[in-house]
Amino acid sequence: MIELPPELESPPVPWTRRHLLDLESLSAAEITTALDVAQRFKDATRDCKDRLPTLAGVTSVNLFFEDSTRTRTSFSLAARRLGADNIEFSASSSSVSKGETLLDTAKTIESMQIDAMVVRHRSPGAPQMLAKNLDCCVINAGDGPHEHPTQGLLDILTIRQHRGTIAGLTVALVGDIAHSRTARSNIWGLQKLGAHVIVCGPSTLVSKQWEKLGVEVSHDLDDIVARCDVLNLLRIQFERQYTRPFPSVREYALLYAMNRERMEQAKEDILIMAPGPINRGVEVTPEVADGSQSVILHQVNNGLAVRMAALYLVTKAPR
Amino acid sequence: MTTILLKNGRLIDPSQQLDRVTNVLLKDEIVASLDAQETYADLVIDVTGKIIAPGLIDMHVQLREPGWEEDETIASGAAAAIAGGFTSIACIPNTEPPLDSPASIEYVRHKAARADKCNVFVIACASSGRKGEQLSEIGTLVEAGAVGFSDASRAITNPELLRRALEYTQMFDKPVLNRPELIELTHNGVMHDGMVSLVLGLAPIPAAAEDVMAARDICLCETTGGRLHLMSVSSSGTVEILRRAKARGVRTTAEIHPCNFSLTDEALREFDPNCKVNPPLRSADHVAACIAGLKDGTIDVISSGHAPRASQKKMHEMTDAPFGMVSLETTLGLTATKLVQPGHLTWSQAIDKLSTTPARILGVPKGTLMVGADADVTIIDPDLPWTVDTSQFASRSSNCPFDGWKLIGKATNVIVGGVVKL
Repeated sequence: MIELPPELESPPVPWTRRHLLDLESLSAAEITTALDVAQRFKDATRDCKDRLPTLAGVTSVNLFFEDSTRTRTSFSLAARRLGADNIEFSASSSSVSKGETLLDTAKTIESMQIDAMVVRHRSPGAPQMLAKNLDCCVINAGDGPHEHPTQGLLDILTIRQHRGTIAGLTVALVGDIAHSRTARSNIWGLQKLGAHVIVCGPSTLVSKQWEKLGVEVSHDLDDIVARCDVLNLLRIQFERQYTRPFPSVREYALLYAMNRERMEQAKEDILIMAPGPINRGVEVTPEVADGSQSVILHQVNNGLAVRMAALYLVTKAPR
Repeated sequence: MTTILLKNGRLIDPSQQLDRVTNVLLKDEIVASLDAQETYADLVIDVTGKIIAPGLIDMHVQLREPGWEEDETIASGAAAAIAGGFTSIACIPNTEPPLDSPASIEYVRHKAARADKCNVFVIACASSGRKGEQLSEIGTLVEAGAVGFSDASRAITNPELLRRALEYTQMFDKPVLNRPELIELTHNGVMHDGMVSLVLGLAPIPAAAEDVMAARDICLCETTGGRLHLMSVSSSGTVEILRRAKARGVRTTAEIHPCNFSLTDEALREFDPNCKVNPPLRSADHVAACIAGLKDGTIDVISSGHAPRASQKKMHEMTDAPFGMVSLETTLGLTATKLVQPGHLTWSQAIDKLSTTPARILGVPKGTLMVGADADVTIIDPDLPWTVDTSQFASRSSNCPFDGWKLIGKATNVIVGGVVKL
């Protein structure tokens, strides 16, 4: 266990939120604060390897109603690296199937002296509902296609580490924008910090409506690839689609997979990102995913620092 | 002989194009005089400054009994109707079992008589078992008292069945009430397809799902010459399709629920399951088009669309919560506040849409205060400010996003068949 950096003894200004539910409602200053705290945790713990006593006595619960590998693991590791207790709650895909409402389940868990609840649910608004009805802090770990704020923060942190700044960069989100919570959180966060965001995918998954959020809409990856500083390749969310919005996976890969040929058109220092899990050969070919410009595993590593920051900020915020 | 004198009120009766201050005398169960002198009466109610309206009629109510008594019963629904100013309601048949037999209609009428609140009319199933496969025994159901035919909130998807229903009901001069919704376009949708659904990631319900079906239904109405009533209209496209159909003289009428002219999809931003309704709360342009449709007569009726759901059903996250909101007790107040106060409708137009026209569509001898008519009267204080308090609702359910809203305009007295109920 190492000493806590003095600047992390108390929550930095500006941060007063007891919940982290979305990036839409956060200011640029708040997003920057979260990124700075994550970076400090990362620096102070040698890439998050050491433990800090910062959240000793705090108990967090992972309440996941949807499958997760990296988010769930990193939230539990983040809690432990900060000296907090972490409990895993195993839930089937729907609380309704067990006869108990989500709210009752959450209240039951909260009554065991829980300080923070990390929630993933297939319904947009589920974490908001818990935040409204519980006393503990709530962190949204993904609510359906709505938002995934810590994913947005870790994507932005990864870009900042490699480029030094976000302002002025061109970042393209490619793939299933309509069903992607990562896309929404990235759009809000990146735009607030001054990036130019392009959303790219088949017209059934990215309508012109998206332009009203201030982003550029493209259906042609070849047309935009040369302009991009960052490509964030999103997974096709087959589980959220009622009818398949494109003819075949083969055709999708042909039009939108980031492959060697497209890399040749790209800037030399382009960053290739993916929130994962990646479908090799669908949104990205293996040589690109594992290539020199890929920062996919940096994202995973930053996930730990961002989740430490998230747990820290909400639990230390004034009541 | 019992007499009630309604003294010095503003009589507004669209059925006779009346709007003047007078005294109305009710004798036993009928309207006795519209220009009564101030003579002796068993009961004198001073209604100075208030509106004397023909009893309000809500032609789209879910009473939930039999089958879903945790949401509402016939008695609690009828009590909510009185509290909201309605002297008559028509219940739609999404019950379990569905209202597709004379016995089930008899059951509702019996329970309603025992509750002894408002008049309850029954809209029976258009298809047997509400399955959308074959016609229900429409002739027998008419004999049992059914005033219209509908598969309730489930659209009649099979066009052949709807055509047959529109043809067959003509023998009895009864309307077919259909909900325009193309389920292949709505499937797991939660809210209106627009910018708010895009931002929130909630599954979208496109307006086209309503428009396509409205157009189809109107085509079938036109070719059969039947009488079609479009339930729960909410989109600008449907209003436009209706407007053109009416200009051609098609026998189609339509209704809207207050939530669809009082709220927009922005209300969903708080993820309140009470705002989850179908048709969904739409964007401001649709709301404006609906108000224009109400204004120019394209939309004939304001009905509550009362859809009570027990609180345990609504305590779920957005994707799992059922659709619907309780509306009987807020319909008049929202109509007054959102349509009459801003000048979109006159009181006469509002009362027409809340009483005279629904009576005409259902073919019931109500919605008028002509001498000799049933003594069903709603007294409205048009200037009364009040606050919606769901904890005081007579309804069994309180799934209502208007809790705490300040409205202007409320029913202060309700008389059904010459008997004071409120």
